[in-house]
Amino acid sequence: MNKIYFDHNATTPVLDEVFDAMLPFLKEEWGNPSSIHWAGRVPKKAVEDAREQVAAFLGCSPVEIIFTSSGSESDNLGIKGVAYAKKNKGNHIITTKVEHPAVLKTCKYLEKEGFEVTYLNVDSAGMIDLGELKEAITDKTILITIMYANNETGVIFPVEEIGRIAKEHKITFHTDAVQAAGKLPIDTATLPVDLLTISGHKLYAPKGVGALFVRRGTRVVPIIHGGHHERNRRGGTENVAGIVGLGKACEMAAADMESERAHLEKMTTRLEEGIKEKVPHVYVNGGGSPRLVNTSNISFEFIEGESILLGLDMHQIAASSGSACTSGSLEPTHVLLAMGNTAELSHGSIRFSLGRINTMEEVELLLDVLPPIVERMRSMSPLYAGSNEPVVFKR
Amino acid sequence: MYSDKVMDHFNNPRNVGEIEEADGTGSVGNPDCGDIMKLTLSIEDDKIKDVKFKTFGCGAAIATSSMVTELVMGKGVDEAEDISNSTVAEALDGLPPVKMHCSNLAADALHAAIKDYKEKKS
Repeated sequence: MNKIYFDHNATTPVLDEVFDAMLPFLKEEWGNPSSIHWAGRVPKKAVEDAREQVAAFLGCSPVEIIFTSSGSESDNLGIKGVAYAKKNKGNHIITTKVEHPAVLKTCKYLEKEGFEVTYLNVDSAGMIDLGELKEAITDKTILITIMYANNETGVIFPVEEIGRIAKEHKITFHTDAVQAAGKLPIDTATLPVDLLTISGHKLYAPKGVGALFVRRGTRVVPIIHGGHHERNRRGGTENVAGIVGLGKACEMAAADMESERAHLEKMTTRLEEGIKEKVPHVYVNGGGSPRLVNTSNISFEFIEGESILLGLDMHQIAASSGSACTSGSLEPTHVLLAMGNTAELSHGSIRFSLGRINTMEEVELLLDVLPPIVERMRSMSPLYAGSNEPVVFKR
Repeated sequence: MYSDKVMDHFNNPRNVGEIEEADGTGSVGNPDCGDIMKLTLSIEDDKIKDVKFKTFGCGAAIATSSMVTELVMGKGVDEAEDISNSTVAEALDGLPPVKMHCSNLAADALHAAIKDYKEKKS
């Protein structure tokens, strides 16, 4: 049985070209890029070449790129770094209820530090209301941090409009573009953002590397103190191989964006149409909003997500769920709950996130094996019609 | 993450369904946690003649439901009452720690069903 991977929003495989580019820096070119002697020269040049590749990918200048260890670190640096740098100007931050935990928990932390945070709502299609954003702005607002595209539903937020609103009010705007990068063209030359987060391993580079775009003139206070690395903005000897991998991955993402988008859109559309056709009582979460071409989040009524994932895993198919069982907490995903879904429907959600390794044959195989799995789980469910007595819930 | 026994009960659950005009019915769990179990019993002379379950929940919830039906089938009501959630988890060669409290409700459903039977009887 072939293994099928539909979980690219969780992580992506490292591309061969990326791996090959990295290899010398795990072996013979082990020098420290900060050294002025022979051992440091090649690694130093590799880091700066990668910085140029990432900058070209995002439409910015290389000096506007800070390499970090992850998307989470980039979010932390962008948000805390700006909050602390601007704390004399105000203490109010605006974000949304559906951000990645790297943003949400950073904001929660800042609340304990004396900052005030507004968490914008989303509607049933997962979309924010720009009117609510404008109303939330006060003369104390120093930072808006709103994701480019949601990791669970793929819903794309209107970052251009958000950026314009932020600019009008002279508020710094950070966006977590971890899921958008590589799936949508991003050009910071025209996009009014001040800071933007990307992550290597969502882009076919390895884990352990990320980057933060910081527009010239935007001050960030470092959160990792150390040497003069990254122009004094992030201490720590560079992860040279990872950085080289990220650079190569950005170059490839830009080159293949058009064809990949078309390929992904075709497969995701077929997957969604096929499921809606073959399985009754399903809901596409975020279906009414513009979405990433690779992400399809579907709630299966009357059943729980982890049991569907186990069923799919028997067929070597990997996907993920918004169920509490897969998050390690007792609550289902905050994203679907914020969209007004019931707990049952949130527990019964499956996210299929496709990538460049997938084929239409794999989508067809999923469409063959999924309906019987859902039917089997439903036949066991006390919530499914056919149950002769309504279940009384006890707490 | 699950034992072979859990996966066996998940893939081949025993005694799925609902007994019509059951002598005892127990429903536990809540949708917030994502686990709901309904257990129905057919009892004659204080002996469990038949038992069936329906469960909304994860792999552990389905496996514990299936296992509890196997453990009580044919047993006396008093004996069945001694079965606890940890008895069920042990019979499945253990559950992941995170599942011990949220999805390990099958014995609770059993106790609720027996309580219902006793109330009906008296």
